[in-house]
Amino acid sequence: MNYKLASSPHQHVRRNTGQVMRMVIYALIPGILLQTWFFGFGVLVQITLAILTAVITEASILELRKRDFERAIKDYSAILTAILLAISIPPFAPWWVVVIGTFFAIAIVKQLYGGLGFNVFNPAMAAYVMLLVSFPVQMTQWMPAQSLTTHQPGIVDAIYAVFTGFSADGFSLMQLQSAVDGHTMATPLDAIKTGLAQGLTYEEGLQSAIFDGSLGIGWWWVSLGYLLGGLYLIRAKIINWHIPGGMIAAMAVCAGIMFLVDGDRFASPLFHLFNGSLILGAFFIATDPVSASTTNKGRVIFGAAIGFWVYIIRTWGGYPDAIAFAVLIMNMAVPLIDYYTRPRTYGHQKTNKGVPK
Amino acid sequence: MSLLWAILTALLAVGLLAIVFGAILGFASVRFKVEGDPLVEQIDELLPQTQCGQCGYPGCKPYAQAIADGDDINKCPPGGDATIKRLADLMGVEATSLDAAHGVEDIKKVAFIREDECIGCTKCIQACPVDAILGAAKQMHTVISDECTGCDLCVDPCPVDCIDMIPTQATPSSWRWNIDTIPVRQVS
Amino acid sequence: MSRVLTPSFDDIIKNIEQNKLWDFPGGVFPAQQKELSNNLSIENMSLPERLYIPLKQHIGVEGQLIVNLGDHVLKGQALTRSANPFAVPVHAPTSGTILNIGPHISAHPSALPEQTLVIEPDKLDKWIALSPLQDYQSLPKVAVLEAICNAGVSGMGGAGFPTHIKASPKKDVEFVIINGVECEPYITADDRLMREHAWQIRQGIDVLCHLLSPKQIYIAIEDNKPEAIEAMRVACQQSEHYKVVPIATKYPAGGEKQLIQVMTNREVPKQGLPIDVGVIMHNVGTCYAIADAVFSGKPLIQRVVTVTGQAVQTPKNLWALIGAPVSHLLDLAGYVADKQAQKHIIMGGPMMGFTLASDQVPVVKITNCLLLPTKDEIAEPEAEQPCIRCSACADACPVSLLPQQLFWHSKAKELDKAQDYNLFDCIECGACAYVCPSEIPLVHYYRVAKADIRLEQEEKQKSDKARERFESRAGRLVREQEARDEKHRKAAEARKEAMQNKGGDAQDKIAAALARAKAKKAQQAELTSGEETSLHDTNQTTSEQTSGTSKDDKVAAAIARAKAKKAQKADSDQLGTNTPAASEIASPAAPDENQLAKNDSPGQSKDQRVAAAIARAKAKKAEQSAHVSTTESSTPANLQHSVHLESAAPTSAGRSSVPALSKDQRVAAAIAKAKAKKDQQQVEAHNDEKNTLQVDAPTNNELNEVHSVKPVSKDERVAAAIAKAKAKKAQKLAADETIKASESLTATLSREQADPESDSGQEQAASANQADDIATKKENVSVDTLDPTAQKKARIAVAVAKAKAKAKKLAQQNANTARTDNIDALPASEPSELSSNEDSNNLPSSEAEQALDEKKRRIAAAVAKAKAKKAAQMKSSEE
Repeated sequence: MNYKLASSPHQHVRRNTGQVMRMVIYALIPGILLQTWFFGFGVLVQITLAILTAVITEASILELRKRDFERAIKDYSAILTAILLAISIPPFAPWWVVVIGTFFAIAIVKQLYGGLGFNVFNPAMAAYVMLLVSFPVQMTQWMPAQSLTTHQPGIVDAIYAVFTGFSADGFSLMQLQSAVDGHTMATPLDAIKTGLAQGLTYEEGLQSAIFDGSLGIGWWWVSLGYLLGGLYLIRAKIINWHIPGGMIAAMAVCAGIMFLVDGDRFASPLFHLFNGSLILGAFFIATDPVSASTTNKGRVIFGAAIGFWVYIIRTWGGYPDAIAFAVLIMNMAVPLIDYYTRPRTYGHQKTNKGVPK
Repeated sequence: MSLLWAILTALLAVGLLAIVFGAILGFASVRFKVEGDPLVEQIDELLPQTQCGQCGYPGCKPYAQAIADGDDINKCPPGGDATIKRLADLMGVEATSLDAAHGVEDIKKVAFIREDECIGCTKCIQACPVDAILGAAKQMHTVISDECTGCDLCVDPCPVDCIDMIPTQATPSSWRWNIDTIPVRQVS
Repeated sequence: MSRVLTPSFDDIIKNIEQNKLWDFPGGVFPAQQKELSNNLSIENMSLPERLYIPLKQHIGVEGQLIVNLGDHVLKGQALTRSANPFAVPVHAPTSGTILNIGPHISAHPSALPEQTLVIEPDKLDKWIALSPLQDYQSLPKVAVLEAICNAGVSGMGGAGFPTHIKASPKKDVEFVIINGVECEPYITADDRLMREHAWQIRQGIDVLCHLLSPKQIYIAIEDNKPEAIEAMRVACQQSEHYKVVPIATKYPAGGEKQLIQVMTNREVPKQGLPIDVGVIMHNVGTCYAIADAVFSGKPLIQRVVTVTGQAVQTPKNLWALIGAPVSHLLDLAGYVADKQAQKHIIMGGPMMGFTLASDQVPVVKITNCLLLPTKDEIAEPEAEQPCIRCSACADACPVSLLPQQLFWHSKAKELDKAQDYNLFDCIECGACAYVCPSEIPLVHYYRVAKADIRLEQEEKQKSDKARERFESRAGRLVREQEARDEKHRKAAEARKEAMQNKGGDAQDKIAAALARAKAKKAQQAELTSGEETSLHDTNQTTSEQTSGTSKDDKVAAAIARAKAKKAQKADSDQLGTNTPAASEIASPAAPDENQLAKNDSPGQSKDQRVAAAIARAKAKKAEQSAHVSTTESSTPANLQHSVHLESAAPTSAGRSSVPALSKDQRVAAAIAKAKAKKDQQQVEAHNDEKNTLQVDAPTNNELNEVHSVKPVSKDERVAAAIAKAKAKKAQKLAADETIKASESLTATLSREQADPESDSGQEQAASANQADDIATKKENVSVDTLDPTAQKKARIAVAVAKAKAKAKKLAQQNANTARTDNIDALPASEPSELSSNEDSNNLPSSEAEQALDEKKRRIAAAVAKAKAKKAAQMKSSEE
């Protein structure tokens, strides 16, 4: 019998890519549950649809590329992408929205660039932006928290709604969306943005029913759920604190400064942090290792820049939320950031920053 | 009249601009002249210096000169594809595959004189382009293997065919960590 | 150059007094697994059937073998020695017989065979007489260093750097850090050594202190070894400068650079050494070996090896003899191969160790562990998956590299970019690959890239050298051409003159014929290459001078003449006029030589002379080339030789110094001395060549001294030549600058071509170099074959050859002296003294080769060969 030959190190930490991805998915669970609780079973339907699409797409494309798709599926990266996309789109968006989005994320953004590890952009966010630009109506049909709506659709309703546009009882999406008082409800970010645009002050904007005296029913709790999962990830050393830290800090600083400058025209930092998908973005989306910066210094810059862009777009841009845009913008800057934030190597006076030949 | 005037002004303006920019460019070309390595030197740097003549030129420098004058870059078998690639980078041309007419890329070898058979004719000494063979007439010759470029040129002149080209042996220091090719011993 | 080191010495002391340490970035925490073996005391090992002792077990150069096949050696007897400072000897681990000397699978990841001595133990385990140092503190440091070197001590922590070099730094030492960290999982060799032999380790540290005079000594031990820490504390409590410092367990804290960072927060500059930041680090095992060497005189022939892993029944810490095959250790520990999916032996730890391709690999000085993991412990590596850029590797890297970028560039063979990312600062600790979730063998990629870069650089160097040599050769050819043209011109003039004087007596006729022949030859030479021409020309000129033919040598001359005639005939279709000249050439040559041979070896019998004459005539032609009196004809030869000298010059001096040193048994300690001597001798050798005729007594003495070193018996001389040749090679490696110096020397010599003395000196050097190179090439393997055959042949076959070689040399010398003597009126004894010098300088091996040559020539139809040669020459001249 021959001797086995291998190059050192022979010992490996028992945590492979699949395990890393799985842990990220587990960390998403509290947030998903809360989201389901507040916004209905549509979330779960979307997630299921997205996962199915992702797995099928990934498998077929790998088959076409003559790669071993079994292992690729087992690395859970496609599933994670699917989940992130599914929780980002409105829970009762038509089924084809999430299917197209997931297909786009896996086939175009990931596999066409060479598969896992080679994609320049965050697949979930690129798909989200594509959907938002292509199907603005469907992508903005956010439900208010269920406690505010007249109808509380069950799981069957959710499935019906996603596939037909009507609940099992025949209510249209518009009807589902309408609140007790008969007004169509928007997301808190939308509400504030619209309110501020109409000349209302921030405080007056908060009087809307969806806030119910807090920073937005449901959204606040969902963000807390994702925060919990994110902290777990940091603790488990799946992600570093640098990106979420930088992102949250930048957002807080920007919002804080502007809030101090004019508390009437600009929302408070807390409002910005716990509304929209900032927390989800900070811990789960921007930290996607493939498309994020790889040096610690670079990660702080990367995260902070995303936070900054999110604030800019939320406040002055055309969209109520902007995680996806900000992440994509910064994805493009990653090589530059990485190049200029190389750590000083042991024994060197300073880093090599010469232009490589 | 005004039309003529307009044409004249336009011509004048363009002419003036041309003179001004021409002057600037002319000045810049003198002021910022790049004193680079002459091209031949740069090409010669990239060639493997075996001086084997397989390219059809009597040594690497002449071939470098020829490349600079427009000859093909794929005539150097000892350099192989790596050299062609570097030459292509330098010359800004497409990297082509090695011209088989000039030989094929081979593993590195050095000459070895079977000393019992050497008659001391000095033919090989004269043939060696890098003076890597030692000996005098009627004395046995030997190759300084550290200096031998493996050019093959000494093999043909030898009247008694006592020169072998021996592949260089890998040593632990020159080992390329090709772990899969370790001759694994069968153990019963 | 004195750098201000930060933090300062005082800050470091203060920090450590407060039990604070620094940290290094990154690092990983692999499962320790030390409990498998850390409670087992070190056992002695039974003798294996065979011991395989690689000649080189350290970083540096290997020594020369000083024992022979079949010799009986005693335990602790040195097997190699070297005057090179970067060589440490190896010793026999037990008494026994040398069974074989040859390549054996090496304790290296490549498993490439290396020169190895095989000893069959005689089971007596008989020690050689040991000579411990009495009261080392009263001895000069050099003596202690020498003892350490002679005991073969090299770093036992991993790299195997010769200890005596590390113990004699050129800069001030602030800290000596004794490395007892042993951060790799599983290994307990140092741990057990510290627990059981703390006192001896401390003694070793005492010796180091004496040698290095540091301000402070720290003994760093990872805090997962509390017993070792306690043992060392007890052992060191009386010495106030010794402090045992427990450091946090984190891999790779035991790396030299990392430990320095932890202890002092100083960073060893890139491409620098720890001494650049005032630190010297030694492993505890090395300290133990130093104490052994100094206090009991025992060389390093055994070390502690941990045999562990769950695939052995009884893990062990063993005093393993250097050279014991791994299989023997595995047998002792009860290796159960079935517990592994595939046989799998790791030498070293799980992080940096390497797998063995055979269990016949010997234990060497740096072997600290044999790990035999089951598949549960160390799983089969899964296929590499794509990098997900998670940067876990960068977080783990202890030297703050970006392993991921290095990986991309290494994989894509973008070697310059990889270097831009400081590839060569990678310490190959394996932390990055350990944490990689995609199971990418990162370190392997780096190793391949590093090897590629090194090879590329080597090739670049080589091609630069080849270019240089090519260009210098081209230059030489041009010069030769010019010299030839000049000669033609003179020859033509001479002929014209001769023609004008025509009508005189027969003597004039001969002269005229000679001139014609010369002119013709010169023309021919134009077609053939330089040295060939010079030889012939030379011969002609010489014969011209010595045309006084003596009758009694005609028997011998006739044969030569006939042959020469025959050969010349072949040429005669080009020019018919040379036939008379040919006989002229041959006939004077032979007698001239015979005369000389007679002078030197009168006992030579007549038939021998007849037999050898043919060959001799030819050989003479060649030999005489150098001592032609006309400058013009000697110039091409000079040029030729000057080229050879380029490589010969640096080594000739080194060569003379080496035997002297090794004879004295003054081993490595005197690096500077050797160098100085070398330089000095180089100059002297040079002077020698210039001054011999001025009876420069000291220089001559110098030479004589060198030569007198030469052993009397032939085989020893051959061996010495080989040894010299090897030493030369080593010197060449060691001293680039010397080569440069000698090149300038060559230049000087070349300029002095006209000087006949430098001429002979160059020739000497060239022939010596030739012999050297022959020897070098044959190296060890052929030593054995060359030795007996050469010796035998030399003895049986030719006293003739010997005498002849001597005669030639003498003739040469005579010619030289004759020329210069005109001025100096040298005493008669002078040339003979010189010639004896030269004779011994004309290295034994070259003599042996000559002997071989002679014999070969006689046996295998010399005439036929000469004809073949002539034909070839003709062909080339036609071309």
